[in-house]
Amino acid sequence: MKLIEVRNLRKQYPNHLAVDDVSFEVAEGEIFGILGPNGAGKTTTVECVAGLRARDGGTVRVAGLDPNQDRGELRQVLGMQLQSAALPEKIKVWEAMDLYASFYPDPANWSELLDRVGLTDKRDSAFKKLSGGQRQRLSVALALVGRPRVAVLDELTTGLDPQARRDTWELVQQVRDSGVTIVLVTHFMEEAERLCDRLALIDTGRVVATDTPSGLIAQVGEEQRVRFRPSAPVADDVLLAVPEVSQVARSGDQIVVTGSGNLAPAVTLALAQHQIVPGDLRIEQATLDDAFLALTGRKLA
Amino acid sequence: MKLLVVETKLHLREWPQLLFTIGLPVTLLVVLGLSIPGMTELGNSGERAVDTQLPSIMLLLSLLITACTVVPGVLAAYREQGVLRRMSTTPVHPVRVLGAQLLINLAGGVVSTAILIVASSLAFGTAAPRQWAWFVVVFLLGSAALMAIGLVIAAVAPNAKTAPGIGSVVMMPLMLLGGVWIPREIMPDTLRTVSDYSVAGPLAQALRDTWAGQAPQPVHLLVIAAGLVIFGGLAVRLFRWE
Repeated sequence: MKLIEVRNLRKQYPNHLAVDDVSFEVAEGEIFGILGPNGAGKTTTVECVAGLRARDGGTVRVAGLDPNQDRGELRQVLGMQLQSAALPEKIKVWEAMDLYASFYPDPANWSELLDRVGLTDKRDSAFKKLSGGQRQRLSVALALVGRPRVAVLDELTTGLDPQARRDTWELVQQVRDSGVTIVLVTHFMEEAERLCDRLALIDTGRVVATDTPSGLIAQVGEEQRVRFRPSAPVADDVLLAVPEVSQVARSGDQIVVTGSGNLAPAVTLALAQHQIVPGDLRIEQATLDDAFLALTGRKLA
Repeated sequence: MKLLVVETKLHLREWPQLLFTIGLPVTLLVVLGLSIPGMTELGNSGERAVDTQLPSIMLLLSLLITACTVVPGVLAAYREQGVLRRMSTTPVHPVRVLGAQLLINLAGGVVSTAILIVASSLAFGTAAPRQWAWFVVVFLLGSAALMAIGLVIAAVAPNAKTAPGIGSVVMMPLMLLGGVWIPREIMPDTLRTVSDYSVAGPLAQALRDTWAGQAPQPVHLLVIAAGLVIFGGLAVRLFRWE
């Protein structure tokens, strides 16, 4: 079942067209990513979905509700974590949870929720004393306190250190496992690749492509590169004889083999037959960055 | 309701500001009353300045500080930090935050008034407002009108840092017109006329009249009410949630 349906969404600001033509569907229980560079219209898109902004064109349905008309009901099924929204500096963690729980008719048990996001020992801390990662985790907890069916997480890990980012990713997966559908807005390729079941690539207010991360990467070709330093001299012919290999290049004492399929195992096997060991072996595969570059002609970040 | 409780706690956590808004007027009242010799002497009208004039002026000062600097400061900060925006993603509209803030600051005004009444009674034997029912009406109407001005300041202030500054710029002339710097009786005619239509002037006068035991002049109530309607309307039209 489709929990969110967006068709030909359009949003015009006084001086620029933020969203030109965006369509996508989100199935119940999936982590759906909206990936694109800064200023692509990602945040405006989810703000229209969440009913924070009135769209100028197209249709949006969230659990059958129209965000422009059913704002009240929508807020009961959709929880949102905002990119640039905070709490009063001196509010304590437990006060914020207790307060936000009181906004909903049938809230979650907030102290359990705090436990789940790992903030139980911070319950008496003021918001301004929390680290970036702790704030984001509190923000996720607040987005979930109304027991929403779908949670929108906007630039959740921006500004976090790598450890906090990984912790937050784990949290997002746990939330999905608890049955909440997630819309994840991000400009981090790695985050999208790692977390999302499917994602929409957005550029200048339009959807460039919608697919699974691996599907998007496959769209730009299965080409891979293997780099290594051979333990003994090796002729190009040895490598070109491998069916998966399409091209061999050398830079210094390094060999760069381009090809597809099970490239790395095939190359190492061929080398082993000549008693050659590939040192400093590196496998380079296409990434979502490459996919974005191929689809839009521009770099993601 | 929970919102009101939490906002009250947050308000009390800003205790240095609280101490200032409540403490400054009562301190000035006592210091001025004791140090300026004329204050405690009988004037032409048969009453001392500390009987009604000084306390009502200090009450005006207290209401002005709250409405022009405290209210815009908090609301502009809430807007800038995204507190109001965050709340707009929940089923509860952020207008409730605004309401809670106004109520809390009104309650602060009540406390401040009570302290002023008690302090002038203890220091100078000043009687409590004699027309107390009218006094309450004037107090509520005046507080509402001044807070509407504060909301307009919060609406037009570009960010949290400038809001109290803009508030002070608005507050200074209102203090002058309300008679904080020079009593309304000895104002030049032109200034006095402007003062009569300035919300602060009629408010100071009506507070003083009711303190002294007279009903407020209808024209004063009318000007204050007009201020409430005008600035309240402006606030509704101009207020930005983000």
